[in-house]
Order: sequence, then structure tokens, then C-alpha cells
Amino acid sequence: MLAKRIVPCLDIKDGRTVKGINFENLRDAGDPVELGAAYSEKGADELVFLDITATHEKRKTLAALARNIARHLNIPFTVGGGIGSIKDVDVCLMNGADKVSINSAAVRNPALIDELSLQFGNQCIVTAIDAKEVNGEWIVYVSGGRIPTERRLFEFAKEMQERGAGEILFTSMDHDGTKAGFAVDALAKLSDSLDIPIIASGGAGNMAHFAEVFTKGKADAGLAASIFHFGEIEISDLKGYLGDNGVVVR
Amino acid sequence: MNLTIIDYNAGNTQSVIFALNRLGIEPTLTDDFEAIQKADKVIFPGVGEASTTMAFLRKKGLDKLIPTLKQPVLGVCLGMQLMCAHSEENDTTCMGIFSEKVKLFKPASGEKVPHMGWNNITNLKSGIFDESLDNQRVYFVHSYYVEKSNYTAAVADYCQPFSAALHRDNFYATQFHPEKSGKVGAKIIENFINL
Repeated sequence: MLAKRIVPCLDIKDGRTVKGINFENLRDAGDPVELGAAYSEKGADELVFLDITATHEKRKTLAALARNIARHLNIPFTVGGGIGSIKDVDVCLMNGADKVSINSAAVRNPALIDELSLQFGNQCIVTAIDAKEVNGEWIVYVSGGRIPTERRLFEFAKEMQERGAGEILFTSMDHDGTKAGFAVDALAKLSDSLDIPIIASGGAGNMAHFAEVFTKGKADAGLAASIFHFGEIEISDLKGYLGDNGVVVR
Repeated sequence: MNLTIIDYNAGNTQSVIFALNRLGIEPTLTDDFEAIQKADKVIFPGVGEASTTMAFLRKKGLDKLIPTLKQPVLGVCLGMQLMCAHSEENDTTCMGIFSEKVKLFKPASGEKVPHMGWNNITNLKSGIFDESLDNQRVYFVHSYYVEKSNYTAAVADYCQPFSAALHRDNFYATQFHPEKSGKVGAKIIENFINL
């Protein structure tokens, strides 16, 4: 039976892993190459690498960093941050990425997803959506959660699926960094309305939150950063806990 | 040991190279016919869309070369599907090393497509598997599958039991990604190298 996936995420700024709260107040969380290798050793099912400064700063050193991480990684590796063209995706894949995560560019130019999925296959293209609930509506944000858009989570995710995204990485900005649990209601609604897998992101604080996101939230994968980086939850313990609670894990 | 990876812009080539490097192997990446024919082992990677990829292989004549190879050949993911007779993905005629057809998953009870993640492999046959690998989890990412047949060398279950691996003579193929399947995948690649 297909297992639910535990996905540590490395948010990278200036070559270091960082983590903030509600997308702000970044603090250092260590060397991404070491963290990546350690997670793969401890039983992580995938690794996500997001360059959170990519849209503003130069990206050449990041390709080298991604390559260095990929070299030591025997699990799937998704790279994201500022990707907006076939050439950008090519660079990621040439440096050992297995999938790419497209965020702002998918909102600004949705047809990019058609182009990329035809070129690289749906399985390679993850659309990352940052959204925030305002008066009962899930507003999609771009540029690392700084700029609100006209798009709404559910219709936008559906469009992404139709255009050829193989997976949706949904981050609830309201939950991100709070450690108060995932946005399970929105996730369940999203999962029910789509045919492609959903990676849940934002809000993981304890092991029960993961059990909840896979059952009530109907997510296919659970992503988290700080709780893994700062050793609050060991992935092996989390897997044991989930297994004991009836969630199928590797 | 000369291990050659067929170079045709498959998306997972670099991941395969890194996986081999971790096992101490420096593979040759080439589309040169003679170099491929002379290799001890050949890996045919594959990530992407079937019709675009087959068109690319035809342009290079690789679709004619690959079925004539005599040394052990390992096709991975889309590589395995292109070794079959036909794919439903944009109605594509493939190389026909295996007589199977490649079909789109039809979810029976709300399964997501692509089949993405870690799933078990059972009923293992062929030299790339050994007893220690039975019922272990490996990483899959695919929307199309190969039905079970006489050539099935491993079975996985998603929507229905399907071929997670195929084997015929010197041709081996896995639907999953051994290069991304942790220690289990590394063992499968090692077994292929030791064939």
C-alpha cells in the first residue's frame, strides 16, 4: 500500500537553512548539505529545497548548493524558488533535482505549467501555492507571501491540475511557523477537489498534527521544517508514532 | 567495468549518475552507438512524456539500437515503458522489447494519479532482486502502468496489481526509481552491476 510521505523542507537563504514564523523573522537552522544527508539517513521520504531569496538575489551559487545536496541524497529531491522557465528547470534537473516547485511564476503565467509538463512530464512539476484565509476566502499570495493576488486557492489549484501539475504543495500562511497544526479543513477540501497528490505545509508542531493531516486533512505528504531542523521531532519517532496510529508509512 | 548511461535528455540522468557514484562507479554518459554497444552494462533512464521522448529516440536512431543490445540493459521508469510495445500516453508506439501495453491508471476508489511515493514490491524474480528486497518499499512516480504478464519481475499494487519490474533475456526494467529508493534501491542497482 502506498505510504504517506514525510517531507523535511530546507528554506535556503544565502546558502544557509533558515526558518521564520508566518514567513518572517528568519533564524539560522544549519548547513543544508548536512541536514539533507541526515534526513535521508533518518528515513525522510523526500526532501524539498526552497530558495526563499531567489526572486531577489543571484542564483548561481544555489545551483551548486543543490548539486551538493543531491549528490548525498538517495531519496527524491524537489528544488524551488524563482523558477520561471524551461531553462530554469533544466538547470535544476542537471544539478540532481527530481522535481521542481513553481510558485509565483505559476500565478503570473499559468500557461508555463502546460509548457513545463509537456517538456518534463507532469511528475516533475509541483505547483507550490501560498495562501491565507481572509474573510473565509483563501487568497493566493506570491513573492514569498508578500503580495496578495486575485487568485483563490481552490480554483487556482484546479487550474494547475488541468494544466499539468503533478502535485500541489499548499502552504497555509496562517499556520506556517505557528506549530499549532496544519490547515486540515482547507487541505481536506483541496484533496477532495483534486485528483493529484497534495503536500501539506505550514503548522506542524507535534506528532499528532501529522496524524491529523493524513487522516482528517487527507494529505498525501506532510512537509515541515523547523521542528525537524531543531530536533523537536525525530523523523524515525514520527514514523513509529504514525504507524501505531494506523497511518501507513515507510 | 564500463557502465554506460544512454544520453537522450532524460530528466533523471543526473540522479542516476549520483546513485552510481555513491556505489563507487563512474558511468559514461553517451549517445554514441559504438560506445553503447561496447559497454558492459547499459542504463536507459527516463523521466518525461512518452511521445516527445520516443520522437527524440527515433531522431537519434536509439529506438533501433536499444532492442539489439546484448549486454544487461536496465530501463528505469519511462525507460521501462518505452521498452514496451505501446503507450496510451499520447498514443505512442514504443520499442517493443516487451510485448506489453502501457495504460493510464484508472482510480478505483479515489486514488490520486500520478502514483507518487513509496510502495511495496513483491513476487520478485530476476537477477536484480534478492530475498532481502521482498516486500520492501521503493519510490514510484508515474501515471501510466504496465499490466502483469509473463515478463513481470516484481509486482506492486495501486488501483490494481501491476508490473513494478520486467525481465526478458538481457533486458531488465523497473517502473520505480532505484536511484531514489534509499538503501533498497541502491541494493537493486548493485545487483544489476553484479549481474
